[in-house]
Amino acid sequence: MDSSEAIYYGFKDTEIDFIVSAPCDNFSKLIEMIDEDDEIIHVPVTHEEEGIGICAGAYLGGKKPAILMGNSGFGNSINALKSLMELYEIPLIIVISHRDSEEHTIHDESLMEESTPRILEAMGFKFFKPGNGEAAYTDIRLSRDLCEEEGKPVSIILDEHYW
Amino acid sequence: MNIIGDTMARYEAIKEIMDNIEDELVVCNIGYTSRELYEINDRSKNFYMLGSMGLASSIGLGLAIAKPHEKVVVIDGDGSLLMNMSSLVTIFANNPSNLTWILINNGAYGSDDKQNTYSKSVDFVNIAKSIGFKNIHYYDEIDLKEIINSDDASFIVYNTDAGNSDVAQIDLDPITIKERFIKSI
Repeated sequence: MDSSEAIYYGFKDTEIDFIVSAPCDNFSKLIEMIDEDDEIIHVPVTHEEEGIGICAGAYLGGKKPAILMGNSGFGNSINALKSLMELYEIPLIIVISHRDSEEHTIHDESLMEESTPRILEAMGFKFFKPGNGEAAYTDIRLSRDLCEEEGKPVSIILDEHYW
Repeated sequence: MNIIGDTMARYEAIKEIMDNIEDELVVCNIGYTSRELYEINDRSKNFYMLGSMGLASSIGLGLAIAKPHEKVVVIDGDGSLLMNMSSLVTIFANNPSNLTWILINNGAYGSDDKQNTYSKSVDFVNIAKSIGFKNIHYYDEIDLKEIINSDDASFIVYNTDAGNSDVAQIDLDPITIKERFIKSI
């Protein structure tokens, strides 16, 4: 089970059936798997905040949503995570990935990577930081239960070494 | 009904829209738009969006995709659409035929004491047309029921004046709004 398969099977085994994706190059293999799966609806979005709205609507319509985003984009979703998801107690799994940084000379991604866990803590949202596929698979299963229990988004943070 | 501001134009707009609504799921924009809808015709099938300005159309899109056999009507505002303009692109690209998106365009951040939006210099119908929407209309030229039942996602612009009616706050908590909405589907 490679790093992308671990997330895919984590979703499958927790019955995630609606996935929204914001741009991040690390997700390309995962998105291919999702697109080949007839049981999962995939909606690509233009920005993360919009994606949170779409996940909320899908949940109201009976789906179990998850959203994939890069850590820079995570910043775009903050208000909606509070004033929509937490306000209405809508469960959601958020997978936040660090983008591939080898060729990056401007470290914008690293700045957001450092801040992301602290932002989540300040928001009162739980997160997991799995170091490999096996841990990610387990953490997605735990996140699913936790987000249902708490009625809040739960995040899986994947750093650059994960992929 | 008392008027705050010059008119109660949006109140009248919502009333007209709701005269055409039967079993449709309605997702309603933040602030006075939701408060006025609550006063005019509160029903379990109304989702009052209490926060997350700009996202009514996105919530409507997710719902329309998740429930393809239900009709979904979004009542949006111009200030909110301006905060999430790319929703026009995402909704066009997904084209859920069961989604009717009505934009009440009053050129003002209505809940914010008539702070003006940029909408006066913008034609939302032309914007939607340029993106590729096939089903775009000015409200005064259509029969809403017909459009709700048509193929392709539709985008309707209801041009009106700014102003709020003197309606109370919605006295439902968010969880109740959510739970009765889900149960009604």
